[in-house]
Amino acid sequence: MSTTLGVWIAAFLTLGIMSFLYKDNPIYKFCEAVFVGVSAGYWFVVESINVFLPRVWDNLAIAVNVLQEQGKIDWFHWSYLLGGILGVLMLLRLVPKIGWISRWPLGVIVGTTAGLWLVNYLVSNAMVQVRHTIIPLYVAGDLNATIGSIIIVVGTFCGLIYFFFSKEHKGAFGGAARIGIWFIMITFGASFGYTVMSRMSLLIARMDFLVGTWLGLIK
Amino acid sequence: MKFFETLLAIDRRIIFLLVAIAVTLPLFSKAILHIEVSPTVKAVYDAVESLPPGSKVLASFDYDPASAPELQPMALSFFRHCFSKDLKVIIIGLWPQGPVQANIALEDIFRDPEIKAKNLKYGEDYVNLGYMAGNEIVIQSMGSDIHTTFPVDYSGNRTSELPLMKGIKNFDNIDFVYNLSAGYPGTMEWVQFAVDRFHAILGAGNTAVQAPGMYPYVQTGQLVGVLGGMKGGAEYEIIAKRPARAVSYMFSQGVSHAVVVFFVIIGNLAFFATRGKKKESQEVGKK
Repeated sequence: MSTTLGVWIAAFLTLGIMSFLYKDNPIYKFCEAVFVGVSAGYWFVVESINVFLPRVWDNLAIAVNVLQEQGKIDWFHWSYLLGGILGVLMLLRLVPKIGWISRWPLGVIVGTTAGLWLVNYLVSNAMVQVRHTIIPLYVAGDLNATIGSIIIVVGTFCGLIYFFFSKEHKGAFGGAARIGIWFIMITFGASFGYTVMSRMSLLIARMDFLVGTWLGLIK
Repeated sequence: MKFFETLLAIDRRIIFLLVAIAVTLPLFSKAILHIEVSPTVKAVYDAVESLPPGSKVLASFDYDPASAPELQPMALSFFRHCFSKDLKVIIIGLWPQGPVQANIALEDIFRDPEIKAKNLKYGEDYVNLGYMAGNEIVIQSMGSDIHTTFPVDYSGNRTSELPLMKGIKNFDNIDFVYNLSAGYPGTMEWVQFAVDRFHAILGAGNTAVQAPGMYPYVQTGQLVGVLGGMKGGAEYEIIAKRPARAVSYMFSQGVSHAVVVFFVIIGNLAFFATRGKKKESQEVGKK
């Protein structure tokens, strides 16, 4: 059995969180609160040290220094003030009477993000994907590739038809839409399978920690 | 019928207990399952294998301890592979805890006698430039100038003074990018910005939840290959002929999956077997 205090604390917190599987209880609530508190504190320190200090504080300090020593306005370093002001405006959400001002920096974030992503999404997730869906159905001498090509083309085409709601899903159109939903369901199934694998991996590591690292039963 | 009704009424805590047993008991066994290496994992391995000694590899650690069981084995295998081939590794993180995870992996890997014998030096053979906030904007900025994006490294040294970083300006000077990702920002952002905008060559290791969404990028060639979840990590260990933690967990993974599949089948059988009876009772209720 481990003699390290940190391991015992980790084991207690792990068991505390897992106890929710039996039913909600005060120990679970305590562990949950510890997790939320530690996470929030960690993020605050990391963002302060990695973002606020080097990006805002240090640059403004340079701008002030240049102004004091050379009497010049260093526009580049002063420009960081704009980001700082927008950040402060975001915090006004905490003051109910003037909380609406926080929508301005939010608007800047939404606008710049939309502009930045528009082109990238169009290229990476639309143009390139469409280009690689337009492939020869028959690949000479390679049965696997031929089957794969047919599946990709049929799956894409029928999947798109399923999401076309301007025409009633009847007859051949309805049949294609039904094939489309089958493809979509298989995709969901694959994703679900992967999710189970992911969650099991996390559980395996925790159980290995409890049984191996904490209790020392696995050598 | 009574049997199936009993099954449907089974307490979910009994299922939790059975899954916990299915996960834990195999951990005591030294059994190793046969693991087939998939083409997408082989592609990543081959991409690293084909790099000549001295090539510059950028590794972005975009995950936190919550995803470490899946991604840490991939990090260890990747570092071992790179250092055994004398590649130069530049580490960054778009997640705050990413570079910390990288340091933990480095500590582990330096205990390996083969790697220890190489006497690798920080700043010459590998660097950790640390975390930078800004998500995909960081990748965009690295496409222009890595030194401006990361003026100092994880320990506060000036990036421009690190010998390894001399001569590296942007993605043009990076031979291979490897991304370990557990969500946003992660592989999708690396594809969209580093690959499609700056033509970087990218391989990735993802959590299993994320992996299905990445396979279309492999099919289009935007991604060289992808390691999906703990299984992907195990495959990499197998192809590198260094079975380690991920491989040892695969038996547990297999048994727990078998239990889940068993309950899915039983649940469906019970559902369909009792469906007719439920309809009957509903109709009687209406009358």
